[in-house]
Amino acid sequence: MTVLEADRLSADSNRRRDPISSRGAARADTVLAVEGLTVGTGRADLVIDVSLDVRAGETLCLVGESGCGKSLTCLAAMGLTSEPLIRKSGRISFLGQDLSLLRENQLAEIRGRDMAMIFQDATAALNPVRRVGMQIAEVLVVHRGLTWSQAMKQAVELLASVGIPDPAGRANAYPHQLSGGMNQRVMIAMALACRPKLLIADEATTALDVTTQVQILKLMKELQAETGAAMIFVTHDLGVVAEIADRVAVMYSGRVVETATVDDLFERPLHPYTRGLMACRLHATTTSHGRIAAIEGTVPSPSKRPEGCSFRPRCPYASDECMALPALRPIAGIYGADQHRAACHFAEDFARAGS
Amino acid sequence: MRLQFILVKLVRGLLTMLLAVTFVFVVLRLSGDPVTMMLPDDTPAAVIAEYRAMWGLDRSLPEQYVRYILSAAQGDLGYSFRDDRPALAVVLERVPMTLLLGLSGFAITVVIGLFAGIAAALKRGTGIDHAAMAFSIFGHSMPNFFLAILMILLFSMTLRVLPSSGGSTWWHLILPAVTLGIINAGTVARFTRSSMLEVLHQPYMRTARAKGLKLTRRVTSHAIPNAAIPVVTILGLRLGALIAGAIVIESVFAWPGIGLMLVNAVGQRDLPVVQTIVLLVALTMVVTNFIVDIAYGWLDPRIETREAKES
Ligand SMILES: Nc1ncnc2c1ncn2[C@@H]1O[C@H](COP(=O)(O)OP(=O)(O)OP(=O)(O)O)[C@@H](O)[C@H]1O
Ligand code: SF4
Ligand SMILES: [Mg+2]
Repeated sequence: MTVLEADRLSADSNRRRDPISSRGAARADTVLAVEGLTVGTGRADLVIDVSLDVRAGETLCLVGESGCGKSLTCLAAMGLTSEPLIRKSGRISFLGQDLSLLRENQLAEIRGRDMAMIFQDATAALNPVRRVGMQIAEVLVVHRGLTWSQAMKQAVELLASVGIPDPAGRANAYPHQLSGGMNQRVMIAMALACRPKLLIADEATTALDVTTQVQILKLMKELQAETGAAMIFVTHDLGVVAEIADRVAVMYSGRVVETATVDDLFERPLHPYTRGLMACRLHATTTSHGRIAAIEGTVPSPSKRPEGCSFRPRCPYASDECMALPALRPIAGIYGADQHRAACHFAEDFARAGS
Repeated sequence: MRLQFILVKLVRGLLTMLLAVTFVFVVLRLSGDPVTMMLPDDTPAAVIAEYRAMWGLDRSLPEQYVRYILSAAQGDLGYSFRDDRPALAVVLERVPMTLLLGLSGFAITVVIGLFAGIAAALKRGTGIDHAAMAFSIFGHSMPNFFLAILMILLFSMTLRVLPSSGGSTWWHLILPAVTLGIINAGTVARFTRSSMLEVLHQPYMRTARAKGLKLTRRVTSHAIPNAAIPVVTILGLRLGALIAGAIVIESVFAWPGIGLMLVNAVGQRDLPVVQTIVLLVALTMVVTNFIVDIAYGWLDPRIETREAKES
């Protein structure tokens, strides 16, 4: 690879890492802004006071162990929380519009067209008694006003673009006739059909083998570069994070505990939980391509969170101060201070020690 | 559908019919001598013997049975004791009336049952849901004839808007068909509701919402095709119950179908007619069952793969 090619590649990856804060005054190109979102059931809060934003062309990765509330955050962002889940507080604005002010029919017009979601378990997320081609085409019929035959033709093209061999034949298959990886690609094709401005991918590539995963990530990046879509990418795989993210939000037990640009996060993780994840990654890279291995202990159940910092029982640095809930705040003393936030009482100390 | 599957179904169907016919054959013959019941008390013994010989009742039971089965297999179901015409012809004359009543009742069952069930599921926990479920329990727990009598009391005797007996005009169809429909719609509504509720919670329904489909489309294009699968089985089973119900309903409303004819024929010990009706009813059940199986495979694309895997 020549220097020129390398240059072009990094330009292609379409990253913007300007150090200017996007918090508070919503920037013009902010696609999705979530502020103070709390979602729960009657019994417990499952997502607590989560704030996130993504700009056009930007990829935000959500990471964290199983059960930390990543999927629920995504669902809430789409306005898809339904009983027994309740959105208890928070504001979600999409392209500057407060979603809670929209009626269900207005939301339906946005969903699938401007914001699309790839679900975690694709086989369950597809309708078992309808052909996959039809399920993709339906989006185009509803949002683009295509006829069924036009839409089917386009569905076949979409299937081809996500690397499904014999797309015309597969379009006639039912989900149970395809492998999990194939269904995952069907889901991706479905989400990309209308070239949404916001793409939420919940573990979109987890079910795929490494080669396909690389291919799909490349496809999503290309499409993003082309359409300038904002992307929220949920993954367990820090290798994928390094590959695709511009910014990262680390979630633990329903809360965002650290957010930073991807380089900043990998260079100086400030929250002990993030550090744990990174350490696990170093140990585990060779065995399971970076899937988050266990930090000592488990994520507390949402109904039995420990008092104060939820990470306390597992944290090597825990002390008396940790009985009080640490706020997620900008950490001074490092570059791009506004961009790097962490919710640990000792984050400043870690930052100082690191620099 | 594979040949083996069809063959198994066919053999099962034939066995069902054989069983039904055998049962009726034995019970009828053990429950009294048709000749003495039909002829006046003072009929000379010679005449009685003559009738016996004519109808083949003088032979042993096993012999009668074998002869009956052999000729039935060739399509000869014997002669009506009363009418002196082939029993099949006598029965077939009345079949259209029963079909008319049965299918009208079935249509009412399907429309009310599906509509109430779907509405109840979509409006779960609301007044609509409670009303639909109250209706379902009412239909389920109400005996056929009792509802029939209530209907007659209300619409024929009190309001005097509909005729209560006979089958000469379309007006006569309304009460028996509605009675039949209501009785069976309850069960269908309950099954439709629970099937819909289960489907509405499936992840693919969330996907449908995430795709931006509006409620009508989500329900018609995604929920109903899935919810229909168990409901079709129930409808098939209900069709059997409907036929059984039609027999009761026909006699209450004096609707001139095979149900009324069956009741009369049993009273008159017209054995060939009774056997023919039972055979036809059994045949209908078997055919319905077969249609349900076909519809099932057609509604649920997973079935064939499952079958293929099992064998
Ligand atoms: N519909 C629901 N009703 C009640 N609790 C729920 C529901 N959905 C999720 N939860 C709970 O909310 C918490 C967060 O779930 P979520 O699916 O968001 O986790 P996640 O971070 O996506 O995990 P994973 O990596 O396993 O996908 C979990 O404790 C889960 O049990
Ligand atoms: S606040 Fe305390 S317990 Fe929580 S992560 Fe920081 S040091 Fe650990
Ligand atoms: Mg998840």
